[in-house]
Amino acid sequence: MKDEQDYIRNIAEIRSMMERTSKFLSLSGWAGIIAGIYALSGAWIASYVFGFNPNDIFYSSPNLPNVVMLACFVLILALVTAIYFSWKKSRQRSEKVWNTTSRRLLTHMAVPLVSGGIFILFLMSNGLTGLIAPLTLLFYGLALYNAGTYTIFEVRLMGMIQIALGLINCWFIEFGLIFWAIGFGIVHITYGIYMHFRYER
Amino acid sequence: MKLSFDDLHKAFESRVRLGIMSALAVNDTLDFTSLKEFLDVTDGNLATHIKKLEKEEFIGVEKSFIDNKPNTKYSMTKKGKKAFDDYLKLMEQIIKSQK
Repeated sequence: MKDEQDYIRNIAEIRSMMERTSKFLSLSGWAGIIAGIYALSGAWIASYVFGFNPNDIFYSSPNLPNVVMLACFVLILALVTAIYFSWKKSRQRSEKVWNTTSRRLLTHMAVPLVSGGIFILFLMSNGLTGLIAPLTLLFYGLALYNAGTYTIFEVRLMGMIQIALGLINCWFIEFGLIFWAIGFGIVHITYGIYMHFRYER
Repeated sequence: MKLSFDDLHKAFESRVRLGIMSALAVNDTLDFTSLKEFLDVTDGNLATHIKKLEKEEFIGVEKSFIDNKPNTKYSMTKKGKKAFDDYLKLMEQIIKSQK
């Protein structure tokens, strides 16, 4: 006959197995901090180097192609950083980075991100440049909110903040770049610092 | 059919079997490789425990081919879900009664 301790350990094991197999837990706070720094630098370059400051829904700038390239560059850099830190963290936890949980997390993020991305490209090609900032925030927020079910809860919270920022931004189009820098920069950095102290120390 | 106290114990006494059932309780289906990675056990070890759970009809098997490679998916049966819930309740009772 087993004693109480065995059962308590059994229950702890069941809990941990349920969590590990349903949620991707190898997200790193550092990835958030660094992605935030990329975003802030990107916003600064767009504003001061390329003079890109959309102040109306219809806005055109000769540097628009440069800004789009810059945005893609920032996105790729942020993705590579996030993958690298997740890979490192999952190795520490002796798990594979590409498993059922990470696949599920990525597919659930990809659906709102890809549909939003295509929609934004359509708006841009029609000169509605001022809507880029609020809509990238909104769709990114939806993706994070969705992803929150398949990883740590805080990601869902961050999603709600991005959605709120994106929606408020609609009434303050002239501050688009600032809202974008707050959402993708400050919010990421704050989230990253919080995650680092909460889960990685 | 109601499973007795001893049956439940026997079915879930192994750490691996308990792990398989916990993982399948929160995932609709999982394939052999994913289960192996989560549980960190060898092919042979996992196969033995899966066979045992299959024999009890706690888990169901669905075999298919993806890109000509065999892919086996496992899921929890109704009977398995009931047994797992009963086992959790049982542990709860034992812990409570000893407090």
